[in-house]
Amino acid sequence: MKQNHFDAIVVGAGPSGNAAAYTLAQRGLNVLQIERGEYAGSKNVQGAILYADALEKIIPDFRDEAPLERHIVEQRVWMMDDAGHTGMHHRSDDYNEDKPNRYTILRAQFDKWFSRCVKEAGATVIYETTVTSLMRDASGWVVGVHTDRNGEGITADVVILAEGVNGLVGRTSGLREELKPENVALAVKEMHFLPQEVIDARFNLKGNEGVVIEAMGTITEGMVGTAFLYTNRESISVGIGCMVSDFTDVGQATPHGLLDRFKAHPSIRALLEGSEIKEYAAHLIPEGGYRAIPELVGNGWLVVGDAGHFVNAVHREGSNLAMTTGRLAAETVADIILSGGSCSRHNLAAYVEAVKDSFVMKDMKKYKDIHGFLKKGRHVVDLYPRLMNRAAQTWFRVDGVDKKSKESTIVREAWRARGIGGLMGDAFKLMRAWR
Amino acid sequence: MRIFVCIKQVPDSAQIRVHPVTNTIMRQGVPTIINPYDLFGLEEALRLRDRFGGEVTVMTMGPPMASDSLRKALTYGADRAVLLTDRFFAGSDTLATSYALANLIQKASENWGQPDIVFCGKQTIDGDTAQVGPGIARRLGLTQLTYVSSIDEIDPSHGTITVRRRADHGVQVLQSRLPAMITMMEGSNEIRRGRIEDALRAASAEVVQWNAAAAGITDLGHCGLRGSPTVVKKVFAPPSREEKATLVGEGAANPAAVANDLITQIFARQPVLEGDLMHAAARH
Amino acid sequence: MNSSAPRPPAAAGSRAGMKKELPEHFRSYKHVWVFIEFEQGEIHPVSLELLGEGRKLADRLQVELAGVLLGGCGAALTGAAGICHSYGADVVYVAAHPVLADYRNEPYTRVMTDLVRKFEPEIMLLGATVLGRDLAGSVATTLQTGLTADCTELAIDDERSLAATRPTFGGSLLCTIHTLNFRPQMATVRPRVMPLPAPDTSRTGRIIEYQAELEESDIVTKVIDFLADRNSESSQLAFADVVVAGGLGLRSAENISLVQDLAHVLGGDWGGSRPLVQKGWIPSDRQIGQTGKTIRPRLYIAAGISGAIQHRVGVEGSDLIVAINTDPNAPIFEFAHLGVVGDATVLLPALTEAFRSRLAVNRLAG
Repeated sequence: MKQNHFDAIVVGAGPSGNAAAYTLAQRGLNVLQIERGEYAGSKNVQGAILYADALEKIIPDFRDEAPLERHIVEQRVWMMDDAGHTGMHHRSDDYNEDKPNRYTILRAQFDKWFSRCVKEAGATVIYETTVTSLMRDASGWVVGVHTDRNGEGITADVVILAEGVNGLVGRTSGLREELKPENVALAVKEMHFLPQEVIDARFNLKGNEGVVIEAMGTITEGMVGTAFLYTNRESISVGIGCMVSDFTDVGQATPHGLLDRFKAHPSIRALLEGSEIKEYAAHLIPEGGYRAIPELVGNGWLVVGDAGHFVNAVHREGSNLAMTTGRLAAETVADIILSGGSCSRHNLAAYVEAVKDSFVMKDMKKYKDIHGFLKKGRHVVDLYPRLMNRAAQTWFRVDGVDKKSKESTIVREAWRARGIGGLMGDAFKLMRAWR
Repeated sequence: MRIFVCIKQVPDSAQIRVHPVTNTIMRQGVPTIINPYDLFGLEEALRLRDRFGGEVTVMTMGPPMASDSLRKALTYGADRAVLLTDRFFAGSDTLATSYALANLIQKASENWGQPDIVFCGKQTIDGDTAQVGPGIARRLGLTQLTYVSSIDEIDPSHGTITVRRRADHGVQVLQSRLPAMITMMEGSNEIRRGRIEDALRAASAEVVQWNAAAAGITDLGHCGLRGSPTVVKKVFAPPSREEKATLVGEGAANPAAVANDLITQIFARQPVLEGDLMHAAARH
Repeated sequence: MNSSAPRPPAAAGSRAGMKKELPEHFRSYKHVWVFIEFEQGEIHPVSLELLGEGRKLADRLQVELAGVLLGGCGAALTGAAGICHSYGADVVYVAAHPVLADYRNEPYTRVMTDLVRKFEPEIMLLGATVLGRDLAGSVATTLQTGLTADCTELAIDDERSLAATRPTFGGSLLCTIHTLNFRPQMATVRPRVMPLPAPDTSRTGRIIEYQAELEESDIVTKVIDFLADRNSESSQLAFADVVVAGGLGLRSAENISLVQDLAHVLGGDWGGSRPLVQKGWIPSDRQIGQTGKTIRPRLYIAAGISGAIQHRVGVEGSDLIVAINTDPNAPIFEFAHLGVVGDATVLLPALTEAFRSRLAVNRLAG
């Protein structure tokens, strides 16, 4: 075997790359993982949700060692207007279970831990190295990678591209189309540090319980997007994201401007009061949905995670899809290599089948039209939250007006704002997109 | 040439925070780096090795985690890495640290031969003392060459070296003998980007790990807290001044008005300064 | 490695680190010493600053303050000793020897350690200059005693122990360090951290000459040339009456000129915060703060500097601190005397213009 030859090269050390590299190493393959950051997680935006199920399938006892912040016992979904919010809160003591389902994590720490697992499983991991292009043989078959370091290229039977939404290789090697502004969201996040006791008190939490708030409405100034707030152990992650195309086409706002407004909102401000801001970071999220998924396999290569646009924007899931696709890709590759097969496009297609059979593609498919619906009906992100808040206020304010008249006011206002046709149409379109 | 490079893993000081409420250091999540001043010595060592042949051994004393920094040094091209780690070293001040490192260097010399040069960082960014390098030199009887901006001549076979050394009012050109302990000035070179082969080798290389006994340190009275003549009696946040700044120019119509308000306030508080500035301005 | 490495003195044998009781053999150690940096025929100002500080410590301990002068020419050293007396030294130890003409670590370390062993001071202070840092570590290691670097405050506690306070953790906190059971207690202090005392030329004192036994042939390192800094344009920063400095609030390297313009009009000097050095906007000898230069001007204007503690410790000695920052919660407003909440890139040109016309008007009037 050549010195610089590996069974597989994994490009990137985010959730999908780590899942792939770990799985391959566990199966006994000779794996090289190449990360461009100084360490795994160094390029990652802090503060995120970890979905236990996807990781459990890779590292069953991850809870014993992974750096987890809080497990989530309460979900708040808020429709916001300028003065407040109307929403749904769901909280249950059932979430205080042996193996909680969702956690808040700090990505920098979590990714570092995951990367350590990868190394302990036997993979070779190098950092601060950018894969600049794929190495191909005369027939175009991918046989390795070139990097930005001096020296020879590195060869492998297969290259797994887990390089994220904006990966260099995907763009330069013509495997994927250029990113379209309407297929990618720009999210900005901040970490706000507060003592644990303060967070516990503000959100009515004890032990490692955590809360997630997801919000939409006038805070995005008519753009399609959502804001969020997660409680970590000693910090709060707060952020907002909108489609890149909307920043140029719809609003005048900058991402940072939107975040400042969100933080100053009466419903949010008090939750963050007295905190110290640490990090500010921006991140691209592929939200093009099902229709944006690129070619996933070819001779000697496959694509996983964000690079494959595997993000469920409606449910704000991404890292679980990333880990799952990473694992499925690795399992496919391991099966092929261990049975002496070649990593041809034909053989690697088993990965695509596995993704289709999983929740990943089923969910992606379910929401394949929601994107188009929101794009055409931008008013829904602005108008309906406004109406809901107005309706709630009309309903709860005790002011001598009888309840029957209040009902009529609410209906009339909705009618006036959107018209009966509009209301029915929105409902119908949403149903169809949701189905 | 045989070269040893002492490095230290330090928290990236740019990212250290003090807890807003408890005023304690929040170490959680603060990334660690190789002390930036150490990299100038490492690069100089690599250049000398490339020129004369030989090998570069990087070493440090620290917690097991410090092997990350040693591995990083290997990706730059160092040949070997040694970590001295033992709970006995916890709480070492500079004297105890130089004791441990001098012993580490002795032990390494027994294994791989005497070094021609030991590079240390000019100072660390977390301690800022600049004492450990001189301490090592003293203990091992090495020629001490600190604040070196360039190595002009070196002849390993005759053991001679000529360096430029940054002094307070100029540059000393010093001729001396090896073996030497050298600290390099910042900016004297730029750490290289290791080759892909170095990165691959570093990823799977073994970092040699020694505890106190393995490094031949038997007198633990010289180590850690016990071996440190200095005692930290108190750590505290700087007292905040009673009075905060008087804000000037609030509600002023334009920058010029703010500027005039401010100048009036400045000279009201420093009446003599105005005359002095006037004279200074007149001299211009 | 050669085997002639100095052996630690037997005196420092027992190392019961945390024991508070000063061992018997150190009880005779008395008096406060300041190492006087004497190069190119001049005393480094930091040594005079330390004499001022050492005087206070000596008075508190009711002991003598001594300066220690090493050099090549006896006559020049005697003159320098007189200056030391006028800045508060009761005694000056003078070691004149051709080998000591230029600073070199080896002979200086040898003479300093011999002097300490012979005359037994309880405290020794050195400037945290290139020379002082090079020497202090060698001397402390040879004597096997404690050394605290870059102190910002020195005091004597109730047990007659030196309490040396210095920034720690990259300047975000302060810590107070003691050398409880070893002597001398050594500390270095950066230039300009302590105020320069007013000299009293009528003051006199003793001179104790010390005959160092040195042979040039024993000294391995030779000074073959000295290239004096011709271009010392930035060396005045620490001593300027007026300093204007910029921080990240300037937003671009080009805007450094706004800082320079104002400094020029005020006849002062200019600098910047650490991030600007890291970004390469200004050279490192222009950095103001704990790891850069400490300044004590009569007027300090900080433009677009947030005022992290590491910056604060470098400017706190200024008579009047003026801060300009867009963030009203910036820590710099905690220790500035006057503040303007606003954009430095707008305010600086306005200030420059206003100062220029004000000083011009006054000149005409005067």
